[in-house]
Amino acid sequence: MIRFVLRRLGFLLLTVILTSMIVFVITQLLPGDVARVILGREAGEAALQALRHQLGLDQPLVVQYGRWLGHFVTGDWGTSYSTKAVIFPLVMGRLRNSIMLAAMILVLAIPTAVVLGVIAGLNEGRWIDNLISVSALSVVGLPEFVTGLVLIQVFAFTLHWFPANSSIRVGTGFVEALPRLILPAVTAVLVLLAYVARLTRAGVIEELKKPYVRTAVLKGLPGRTVTVKHVMRNALLPTITVIAISFGWMISGLIVIENVFNYPGLGRLMVFAIGRHDLPLLQAVTMVTVVAFASANLAADLMYAALNPRIRLG
Amino acid sequence: MADAPARPSAPVLTIENLTVGYRSGSGWREAVRGVSLELTPGQTYGLVGESGSGKTTLALAVMNYLPRGGLVRSGRIVFDGKDLQTLGASDMQRIWGSQMAMVPQDPLSSLNPSLRIGDQLSEPLKQHLGMTGREASRRIGELLEMVEIGDPDRVAESYPHQISGGMQQRVMIAMALSTEPRLLVLDEPTTSLDATTQATILDLVRNLMQEHQATVLYVTHNLGVVAKICDRVAVMYAGELVEDAPTGEIYRQPLFPYTQGLWDSVPRLGDNKRHVRLRPIQGRIPSLEDLPEGCVFRARCPVAIDQCRTHPPVFQPDPQRKTRCFRWQAIASGEIDAAQPVPGDQTAKAEEASVTQVLSIDDLRVHFASRESISAWLRRQPPKMIKALDGVSLNLNSGRTLGLVGESGSGKTTLARALLGLTPPTSGEMRLFNAPLAPRLSDRPRSSLRRLQIVFQNPQEALNPYLTVEQTLVQPLKKLRHLTPDEARIAVDDLLRAVELQPEYRSRLPAQLSGGEKQRVAIARAFAPQPDLLVADEPITSLDVSVQAAILNVLQELQLERQIGYLFISHNLAVVGFLSDWVAVIYLGELMEVGQADAIFDPPYHPYTEALLSAIPLIDPGAQQEQVRLEGDVPSPADRPTGCPFHTRCPRFLGEICVNQRPPWHETSQGKSYFCHIPPEELEGEQHKVFSSSGRDQQGPRS
Repeated sequence: MIRFVLRRLGFLLLTVILTSMIVFVITQLLPGDVARVILGREAGEAALQALRHQLGLDQPLVVQYGRWLGHFVTGDWGTSYSTKAVIFPLVMGRLRNSIMLAAMILVLAIPTAVVLGVIAGLNEGRWIDNLISVSALSVVGLPEFVTGLVLIQVFAFTLHWFPANSSIRVGTGFVEALPRLILPAVTAVLVLLAYVARLTRAGVIEELKKPYVRTAVLKGLPGRTVTVKHVMRNALLPTITVIAISFGWMISGLIVIENVFNYPGLGRLMVFAIGRHDLPLLQAVTMVTVVAFASANLAADLMYAALNPRIRLG
Repeated sequence: MADAPARPSAPVLTIENLTVGYRSGSGWREAVRGVSLELTPGQTYGLVGESGSGKTTLALAVMNYLPRGGLVRSGRIVFDGKDLQTLGASDMQRIWGSQMAMVPQDPLSSLNPSLRIGDQLSEPLKQHLGMTGREASRRIGELLEMVEIGDPDRVAESYPHQISGGMQQRVMIAMALSTEPRLLVLDEPTTSLDATTQATILDLVRNLMQEHQATVLYVTHNLGVVAKICDRVAVMYAGELVEDAPTGEIYRQPLFPYTQGLWDSVPRLGDNKRHVRLRPIQGRIPSLEDLPEGCVFRARCPVAIDQCRTHPPVFQPDPQRKTRCFRWQAIASGEIDAAQPVPGDQTAKAEEASVTQVLSIDDLRVHFASRESISAWLRRQPPKMIKALDGVSLNLNSGRTLGLVGESGSGKTTLARALLGLTPPTSGEMRLFNAPLAPRLSDRPRSSLRRLQIVFQNPQEALNPYLTVEQTLVQPLKKLRHLTPDEARIAVDDLLRAVELQPEYRSRLPAQLSGGEKQRVAIARAFAPQPDLLVADEPITSLDVSVQAAILNVLQELQLERQIGYLFISHNLAVVGFLSDWVAVIYLGELMEVGQADAIFDPPYHPYTEALLSAIPLIDPGAQQEQVRLEGDVPSPADRPTGCPFHTRCPRFLGEICVNQRPPWHETSQGKSYFCHIPPEELEGEQHKVFSSSGRDQQGPRS
């Protein structure tokens, strides 16, 4: 097991280093001249040259990459070109917001999706299965900005249960932020729900066919014990993996939802950085995203192994 | 247990005129029709049939656990005085696992992979006997000891995948017996196990049944197993119970032609193709959608008459026996012979052909480096070698069959893969017609691809499901024999005729073929490029009993006709002994014994061969068989014993010498050689012929 964890950690490191190279090279290839973006259209060639020299943009690419990586590891992520703010605390604050939202999504999505999936799977082909599958699928077809706006209309403007605007200040605590997290989280849950529920359903249906379920039933165990103790333990393995992986998506991929609700997460920060051609900020956000994705993958692998004795004990 | 029966001899299970159907579209497919059976206390009842016979459906109906869509359409199943149809889900929960229990075919998939063995064993104890965790774990220790598991604590702590298949099945048996149920349904419990493991499990089952006085319904297709442990046998065919009799009587004189056909289509231990012809049952089992009117066996029956077009009732020749044959009296009196016709005899041709050496294998080794651990790598330890094959030398002549026998993990399939170039050997030489074979398939010329063909164990997976039979056969004809399309068409006709398939099969897809027909196509495909050597890796193992004989006959006829050398790989000594001219016994990647097929069944044998022969359940209830049982499981090839590889399990273990010294090869007077420290004179003094039949073989219609 220790060997397994070490190997996975090695893979994680390799992934992060490789993607850091890609991130670095791609941002170098983006059109536009950084110096000109910073100094404006009227700047003279001499001033531009001086700034390029100051930023190290005239050095060979490899040297620039090495220096950038060194700074990145030590937490010196530089200052934003466009806002002149120090990047590290800015990104970390946004990361904290994104993690809060992601946690909220998971708390709502997992129990709902798993319960619906298990019910559907146990009743394969019956009306309740069809109802769950069809309604989950019809929701997933709607774009997030549609469901988001409908939710705002109903729960903010009509019922006044939650605020329409989810913008929170940096450093707001979870409990304080909670009412502003619900609507964006529900929007994301509706996207995730169908996917996770269908996966759970498929897992349950597949496990129900296995002979060990017959063994459990023919032991005379009550149906609930068979389902919870025997079937779900195995059926949820793929679901858990997928949920863990989707955590990476929730950290930085909720761009539309964050925009609709005006929520200050990493996704919006990335859009901002792209719009302003703010290279250091973009690199920082992208790297955080990469690390988040890779860690989510690692967590998925480790959880799968921990729950599956066939892998854990080889 | 709880509900004691009113009378001690009252039947535990009564099945009355049972019909079970599966919903199919708007109608019903009736998998079991009009079956009546009665199991009295302490009886072991064999239920025999091939796939499609309805035996599994019947077993599941008895457990009151039919798959979705399955329904008891008429009749009754009365268990312990209760009509199962009238019981609800909660009643069944009280009965399942406490009064009736089931031991399934495949123990690994029947155990929950993510729960410890102890946990799974404790469930029925807690559920039905109300035991606490501590009481249950003490009882589990006793139960595991009862099924002869040496280290119960370790096994209870293990997950299913961590213990061997034999151990898993012991666990399932312990689980079934843990609540002392009135009725046990055993569904092919030894089919997925190795021969030597099967033998120990069968001994265990037989002893436990006697000890616990359990009533057993034993479902199997293995006629030897039935002969060994059942008191009575019920034979099912196409959903009907066609014959039902005490074991001794049904083996001595079957009164239904299908039963007779089954008995005759299996090679007995010691049979060889030179003096015994198998009589396969013609045709195929009718599908449930297309049942014939009248007797279900009519189309394949050699003694069918006009009367058989009406549905036969159950006849009772005596109070102990039942048969559904109109002509049972004529069969019983010997007036008619219900045996299947003997296929044409070509044995004479075999001896005329000139003999050349097709294959020689010299000192072949296949070693794999096992995965190193990081710590071993840091300490620069050499990687552990897994010796899948170690120093195997064999020769094979044209028109002859070399049988290779061994249990799983013995290296038989590795040898086949090395020959085909799929697993390159570490050292040693393989020569085809005295020309060396390159280790890798990619380095071999086309011509050697043509010369070496294989038939795999599982025809389901060996045929491309999207190609018709013709397309499958044309490919090798074009690629390896460079025939024109017209020539290929003619060649396809010849091939189909050779494997006894009608010409209309050319346009069929594998899904439209039965298992036996698929294997015929796979054999035709292997013969298409006109090979010189055919490797047949367990070609009949996945097939039904009555089909096996037909496939063996096809293989034998093709060999006589084309003088091809066969390497025939199997774990079944009776089948290998039947088809082979030479037999090699392999254990842990090394040959233990090599000899002519006739000689292999007579002492002196290598102790491993002796154990293998003793492990095979004979298809003859009266037969005498020595009990030579092997302890434990086959060691892992990564952890090979020193000295003689067999010493850890050898029943004739001598001591030091076997542990420290490699044994020599001895040659016996019958011309076979074996790898053991004990010289032949001494072995001959200690060993007897492992088995002797009760004599039916000599007098029966087969000789």
